[in-house]
Amino acid sequence: MRDDNVRKGILVPGLPHPLLCPEKNEGWQRVRNAYDEARKEIEETDAEILVVYSTFWPSILGHQIQAFPEPEWTYVDEEFHDLGSIDYKFRMDPEFAELAVDKCKERGLHARTVSYYGFPIDTGTIVALKLLNPDNRIPAIIVSSNMYANRAESIVLGKSIRDAIDSSGKKAAVVVVSALSNRLHTVEIDPKDDKIHSLKDHEWNSKFLEYLEKGRLEDVSQLSRQFHNEARVPKVVSFKPFWIMASIMGQNNLYDGNVLAYEPVWGTGSAVVTMTPAEDTAGDLEYDEDDPEFYKGDREVLDFYDQPEMGSLEEADGH
Amino acid sequence: MSKGEIVMGALAPHPPHLVYAENPPQNDATSEGGWEELRWGYERLRESLSDRDYDVIIVHTPHWATFIGTHFLGVDSFKSLSVDPIFPNLFRYNYDLNVDVELSRAIHDNAADSGLLVKMMENPDFRIDYGTITSCHLVNPKWDKPIVCISSNRSKFYFNSEVMQANMIKLGEATRKAVEASGKKALLLSSNSLSHRHFTVEPEVPEDMSKEHVTNHNQYLWDMKMINLMRDGKTKEMIDLMPDFTEQTVAETEAGCLTWLMSALGFPDYKATVHAYGTVIGTGNAIVGWDPRKAKI
Repeated sequence: MRDDNVRKGILVPGLPHPLLCPEKNEGWQRVRNAYDEARKEIEETDAEILVVYSTFWPSILGHQIQAFPEPEWTYVDEEFHDLGSIDYKFRMDPEFAELAVDKCKERGLHARTVSYYGFPIDTGTIVALKLLNPDNRIPAIIVSSNMYANRAESIVLGKSIRDAIDSSGKKAAVVVVSALSNRLHTVEIDPKDDKIHSLKDHEWNSKFLEYLEKGRLEDVSQLSRQFHNEARVPKVVSFKPFWIMASIMGQNNLYDGNVLAYEPVWGTGSAVVTMTPAEDTAGDLEYDEDDPEFYKGDREVLDFYDQPEMGSLEEADGH
Repeated sequence: MSKGEIVMGALAPHPPHLVYAENPPQNDATSEGGWEELRWGYERLRESLSDRDYDVIIVHTPHWATFIGTHFLGVDSFKSLSVDPIFPNLFRYNYDLNVDVELSRAIHDNAADSGLLVKMMENPDFRIDYGTITSCHLVNPKWDKPIVCISSNRSKFYFNSEVMQANMIKLGEATRKAVEASGKKALLLSSNSLSHRHFTVEPEVPEDMSKEHVTNHNQYLWDMKMINLMRDGKTKEMIDLMPDFTEQTVAETEAGCLTWLMSALGFPDYKATVHAYGTVIGTGNAIVGWDPRKAKI
């Protein structure tokens, strides 16, 4: 294993079925078992902080990081409310959350902590923390997913989180909560009949999992735009989870990938994958996406009247 | 039993900023004011309702997003704390509300009969979305009427705006039939903004009105286009333009609320009353009333 402050990266899906009713479908049970395997992998590291990035928590005002010390609630999913309620109590690391916000600001991002009793923690984070860290052995932070952020901003966010990890001196495990293909069955189904929504979704999921198994995390990151077009319902502007994960973990392909499960959960491509820093796996390949270090804000492409570098518009007579 | 009726329909957007600015006792956050044009607009909407007797508020909300059909609240009452996930610094509201489950189920059943996929939400631990709470609070701060709360089915994402609109037109018809059969008088709320591109930063003082404006001119022009169609009673034309409007301004009409409302009202050809237009963190918001009495004149 390569010595890295990020001991492990973990991709998990966020729908509640593996937590609330795994017995209803063999695949859901396999995802649940994979969660247990991932939990053991985390426990075998010396990780001191869990960094959770959840695509189920959208933000608008920059990037929000959960800092309430012990959030506690009885939660009901807004879609799958008939599966039951989820009691939770988690342990956050407010000091680390503040540090992460500071590091975001140093790189030009708008960021803030949120620390309010009753803040609605999202389904994906709840499922992940309940199954990966059931006794709150490791404190966590939760990072929101800005609905407008595209690649540059996401890469810089990942680097900022990495700055916080390195600066703190802590060893971290990074948990990214996201489906691969995200197309749900939009009708009621018998759980035993669950399947990936389409063959095309399955083929793209398989391609991503093939790369991840080979440790090619940066390659997956570089392919995120294509994946978004091919296998995602475009509820948000882009597919960000692998940008974030790769950026936090060092933007390379030097990992041991372990695909613990890949199953449909209500039609979505739900995989549990762990990435462990390694000395030499797929190596550095050829990348063509940019590698920004700082975020310089919106480019105001619609507000062209305020762009002095454009110069005055030419008069009708050409002068 | 006499025939029920829709006494008024309203576009009633839900920026939590408006509740924050009013400093009601239910909200933990306190402010120095702000967004007066919109808040005064809600005041005018309330005044327009002051001589209307109604039994129930039916609200269609974007912030209860569902993908497997349309869902309806099916529990008699809810009491809890709502914290806005985007603006938790502004909105931490203690709510205590009642639901007209009978009417809720009647709309559900009518919608099912018309071919829509529907579901009752019967988990008592369910937390009510802040959009519903904001719109209902601003229209009826006394909370002395039960509500029916309808989720927004996001078929626009899985199919397109046209599919969404076709479904919402059916849902609007199902709502109207259920109200008429119930013998009740209902107020209908479409809880959405118009143009919906937000600023991605917030002023240090959120209610600093020197920082408030529409995000871009394109949004303003589109908002005015839609509002003028409302003012002119051209709601069918407005619905025809809705897919383009939604696309061009990332409008919250994507949730289907306004299409549902127009359908429930039978696509009014009488003039709407625009109580206010204003922006909240860059988004365009109009408070508009449709009074069916105008159709009878």
